[in-house]
Amino acid sequence: MSALLEIRGLTRRFGGLTAVNSVDLDVNEGELVSIIGPNGAGKTTLFNLVTDLDDADAGTVTFAGQNVTELSADRLAALGLARTFQHGRVFANLTVLDNVLVGAHVRFRKVRPAWPGPLSLLEPLAELVLALVRPGAVKAEEAALRADALRIIARFGERLTPRIDHPAYSLSYANRRRVEIARALALGPKLLLLDEPTAGMNQTETAEMQALVGELKKSGLTILLIEHKLDMVMQLSDRVIVMDEGSVIASGKPLDVRNDPKVIEAYLGHRRPAGEAAQ
Amino acid sequence: MASWIDYTINGLIIGNIYALLAVGLALIFGVSRLINFAHGSVYLVGAYTGFVATTMLHLPLPVTFVLVIVVGALLGLLIERFGLRPLQGYAHIAPLLATIGISFVLDQLVQLTFTATPRALPSELLDKRFQLGSGTIGALDIVIAAVGLTSAALLYFFLRFTQLGWAVRATAQDRDAAQQMGVDVNAVNRTVFAIASGLGAVAGLLVGMYYNYIDPAMSFQATLKGVVAQVVGGVGNVPGAIAGSLLLGIVESYGIALFGTSYRNLFAFVLLVVVLVLRPNGLFASARQTPPEPMTGTFIAPSKPFVLQPRVLLGIAVALAILPAVYPDPYIMQTFTNAWLYGMLGLSLTLIAGTVGMISLGHAALLAIGGYASALLALNFGIPVGFAILCAGVITAALGTLLVFPSFRLRGHYFSIATLAVGEIVSLVILNWESLTRGPIGVSAIPPLSLFGIELESAQSVYWFTFAVLVVLVLLQFRLLGSHLGRVMRAVRDDDVAARSYGIRLDRYKALAFAFGSFAAGISGGITAHLYSYINHETFNAQLSILALTIVILGGMGNVTGAVVGSVLLIGLPEVFRVAAEYRVLIYGIVLLLLVRFRPQGLFGTV
Repeated sequence: MSALLEIRGLTRRFGGLTAVNSVDLDVNEGELVSIIGPNGAGKTTLFNLVTDLDDADAGTVTFAGQNVTELSADRLAALGLARTFQHGRVFANLTVLDNVLVGAHVRFRKVRPAWPGPLSLLEPLAELVLALVRPGAVKAEEAALRADALRIIARFGERLTPRIDHPAYSLSYANRRRVEIARALALGPKLLLLDEPTAGMNQTETAEMQALVGELKKSGLTILLIEHKLDMVMQLSDRVIVMDEGSVIASGKPLDVRNDPKVIEAYLGHRRPAGEAAQ
Repeated sequence: MASWIDYTINGLIIGNIYALLAVGLALIFGVSRLINFAHGSVYLVGAYTGFVATTMLHLPLPVTFVLVIVVGALLGLLIERFGLRPLQGYAHIAPLLATIGISFVLDQLVQLTFTATPRALPSELLDKRFQLGSGTIGALDIVIAAVGLTSAALLYFFLRFTQLGWAVRATAQDRDAAQQMGVDVNAVNRTVFAIASGLGAVAGLLVGMYYNYIDPAMSFQATLKGVVAQVVGGVGNVPGAIAGSLLLGIVESYGIALFGTSYRNLFAFVLLVVVLVLRPNGLFASARQTPPEPMTGTFIAPSKPFVLQPRVLLGIAVALAILPAVYPDPYIMQTFTNAWLYGMLGLSLTLIAGTVGMISLGHAALLAIGGYASALLALNFGIPVGFAILCAGVITAALGTLLVFPSFRLRGHYFSIATLAVGEIVSLVILNWESLTRGPIGVSAIPPLSLFGIELESAQSVYWFTFAVLVVLVLLQFRLLGSHLGRVMRAVRDDDVAARSYGIRLDRYKALAFAFGSFAAGISGGITAHLYSYINHETFNAQLSILALTIVILGGMGNVTGAVVGSVLLIGLPEVFRVAAEYRVLIYGIVLLLLVRFRPQGLFGTV
């Protein structure tokens, strides 16, 4: 059986610098795979290549058996690929609830009719008319997705629920990251790409986030995670990929990777003795 | 053959003048990332300073030149002080809007001082001509070429070999880093504005002498030409600006040779749109260069919108609906009717610029399309006026969206410039497509407003009709904003990258917003045409586009109630205070300037 996400020979060069160098990577269904590596290793660029925010110079990406290398970001989302962003990209003037509902955009089907062949040219017009007229089916769909969005928001406990009507710009940094993850979950993803979900969070918040990601994994969601906090990576991951200077330098079970001398040298060795980091 | 040499020389000379403008714009953009829309006003002031110096003070030409440069430079310092410096840290589009406001103020001041009547700027240089091969070259041509070359040489020397020149180049490359290294970036900005404006003023003087003709309208055209030349050469690229200017001059000159004078500007703007869409970095940038910094065009100040309760809105609407019955003063009726028509325009632009974040600077073109469509449908095909107006809305929605569709991929300033160009193109096509639009003569004897065969004769009935149309459009827009579609449009505005990653096709939603907004503008233009009974290519001019933007910013971006209130205030208040027409544009400019500076979220806040 082939993997849910298959990356083969993916390469991206910026001038003389090869940010991602012929990377191969598989993520199987239900797996949680983490990508670690020092800053500038090419992790986020890899995410951007997979999600079409950047164009690869070489290589292919296959998602659920379909070659998606050339597919646009919006089509990838429709296939069930959701991502969060390293520095947080919420819709600042939208409320928390609206942010999450925009995440559910691909699940709005009644209000976005999909018609075959030449009729598809009329889709936008139909969308406009349905938005203005709002027949029962459209209203019911909005209500259902709204209820679902509220359920998703409730997973973050008291962090977001009291703030569903607040505009996102008024939230704390950590809460904006939560909104991003809630928005990603609202898409109903087959594969979730999380880019440093705990960046800028304190220990308590990190522990909460770790528990949430653990729950998501338990519920069967496939996750590809970029994370610097190694404790979290070691506890959650089925497999760990280590990148350095654009290339994968090691991969395998968390324990094996942790003791790989190449990893210790390239990554952990930069800052502190390996023994201390392994504590 | 001889004439081709003449046309080439002519093109190069005009290109040289454009270069004086474009180099200034490029320098300013380089250090401040600002497209200075007041640059044409400096050029205008330069021309009129020259006029005063030569024809009234009878100063010798060299003294006139020095005077013009000094006045231009001082004006540049003023623009930097009021248009740019207070707005550091604001949205990137804020200084641009401020310079638009400044240009309104300056142009209007010139017009109030010297009237709109064109003036002659005679020069004895104009009559001297020398034989050059089989063509001729005039003494003034040589002077213009010499000024261009000397300025370029001086500028090169300044940027290469002086400490301040280094500081300018360092600031252009990385403003923050330059500041960290002790460069006084404000001094750099001042220097650049002074130099750029000095050059711009000289360009105005030279053009005035070249054509022996100056008038206040030359300002806006000059800004546009400078912007075109700059974009063609690559925004912020000084050698590129010179090359772009010469290219523009030659293209225009050959265009005139082939098609006639009235096509000259059409070539310039088509060139601009083509370059923007195909090579946004300019013709001379290497294809591998990374795309320009995405200057977010959204002028969205985070704010809590002030929401009027539906009950309150209903109450106000009812009061306004019975107003004609209670107080049928024709003057009041007419003023409100005007406000309702501008309110429709405001609704249109607040959706496009506010809700979906595409700041359009050419919105008057939509009025023009709607006006011409409705007038011609009624006149040529005898379609009943009410239905013609509706058709005009649909035609405007379709045509407007098609015209800007290629520009949807542009972001921030670049989109705004493209809409400005599209607006000019529409106006020029109307001027030149005589078989359809009757060209410069305009369309007259447009049938008056009527509904189901009944003519709306009284001022009250016209009021009721426009008010009813406005209310319907308001309700539709509220309905749209409250739907998932409205939510998606606002998401596109806030973060287009994230929106794309969540399955939102940007083109589709931008097009939907543009179509919806254009419909309202088309209806407004259509009604206006039947009210005026005569329209021509200047009825819906570029000033209306800026007025529309001022209405929208005053009301709060994306805010439906705000757009209507903004329109009532900006149209109504000058009437209340009986402001003479020529001061109104001045007031609009000042209001825009103050809003951008002190209340970017408008009266009712961003939705």
